[in-house]
Amino acid sequence: MTHRQVFSPLRLTARALSVGRGETVLGRDIALGVASGGGLLLRGANGAGKSTLLLTLAGLLAPLEGDVLIEGLDEDFGPARHYCGHRNAVRPRLTVGETLDFWAAINGASGLSTAEALEKVGIARLGGVDAGYLSAGQQRRLALARLLVSARPVWLLDEPTAALDAEGHRLLAALLRDHLASGGLAVIATHDDIVVDGFETFTLGVAA
Amino acid sequence: MSGFLAVLRRELRLALRGGGEVLTLLLFFVIVGAIVPFAVGPDKALLARIAPGIVWIAAFLSMLLGLDRLFRPDGEDGTLSLYRLADLPLVAVVAAKVIAHWLTAALPLIVASPFLALLLAMDGETLLRTIVSLLLGTPALAAFGGIGAAVTVATRRGGLIAPILIAPLCVPVLIFGVGAISPLGGPDQASAAMLFLAALSLMALALSPFAAALAIDWGED
Repeated sequence: MTHRQVFSPLRLTARALSVGRGETVLGRDIALGVASGGGLLLRGANGAGKSTLLLTLAGLLAPLEGDVLIEGLDEDFGPARHYCGHRNAVRPRLTVGETLDFWAAINGASGLSTAEALEKVGIARLGGVDAGYLSAGQQRRLALARLLVSARPVWLLDEPTAALDAEGHRLLAALLRDHLASGGLAVIATHDDIVVDGFETFTLGVAA
Repeated sequence: MSGFLAVLRRELRLALRGGGEVLTLLLFFVIVGAIVPFAVGPDKALLARIAPGIVWIAAFLSMLLGLDRLFRPDGEDGTLSLYRLADLPLVAVVAAKVIAHWLTAALPLIVASPFLALLLAMDGETLLRTIVSLLLGTPALAAFGGIGAAVTVATRRGGLIAPILIAPLCVPVLIFGVGAISPLGGPDQASAAMLFLAALSLMALALSPFAAALAIDWGED
């Protein structure tokens, strides 16, 4: 295998955070912190605001109040956050290999090579196949491989186990263990049990 | 730079493997030009006089037709959100996409314009000027189109609104584009119109990636 990148210690913190979409407030006064080597499982009923909180943590949605900080990050590191949402950002008419090469090119090829990443998520045979022919679970694996080709310390995953089979669940847990061991951190919104050491649970209540 | 080229390559691949998306625009362009002689009658002098306007209208409409595929598919499959987290600045992504839009929606039309010239009884010199004016002016159309597509990408029926938004911006391009082909006041006016056209394109290309990136950032919030 290639060198393993080890991230400098850092911490993702949310202070007095209120999240919501437009006028609708989904969570108030959220305070959470995750340090390198740790993870957070976001739990909550449907509509509790898990996805919105993740988007806010990713910086894709502006917080209504409060702020999100990443402390301990090198100034010249570039974007530190990987976001993997419900939509896989997989486009038909591009092959699996082309899709991954593309992400490596625009996010920086600082992680595994395309072939290694595909091997890791268990779709190594499919490198030359049109990504539109992949099953939902295979597309999800391809989306996870995107996190591997560019090394970034903060992973924000929204229901990463959706459409994955039992072996895929184990694979995700292994990826997360590797990620945490190399000094990364992760926040995951999920309804499934993802058993990884170092993960704590954070439950979002339905906004009053 | 390699990221910029990667976006360009991806867009070109998607367009060329698209099963005739480029061809659709091209056929639309030719058909708009080809039906005019039937609509206005076979008066060669009249046709030759209005030919520059027709070529420009056909090019403008075909480019509008291709506008919706600029950002919407990326917005729908989540790629656009990931562009906002990419190492490559969003402005560079947008610039690459606008260039790809010009290469796939404007360049084929310019290549096909001699065919329209034949149908519209254009003489050789006018054809040459038409090609030059299209080369100089269509980048502005692509750039303005990029702004329109970015502003409306978050709106569900935005594909219909974008052309209305950018039509006023494109009017000067059409005026100078046609002016550069059929000068009313002699050849000097024509070269002045060409220069205006080039200036419009340069200005639009320089500004539109920033405006469009801003619109995407705000729209996704």
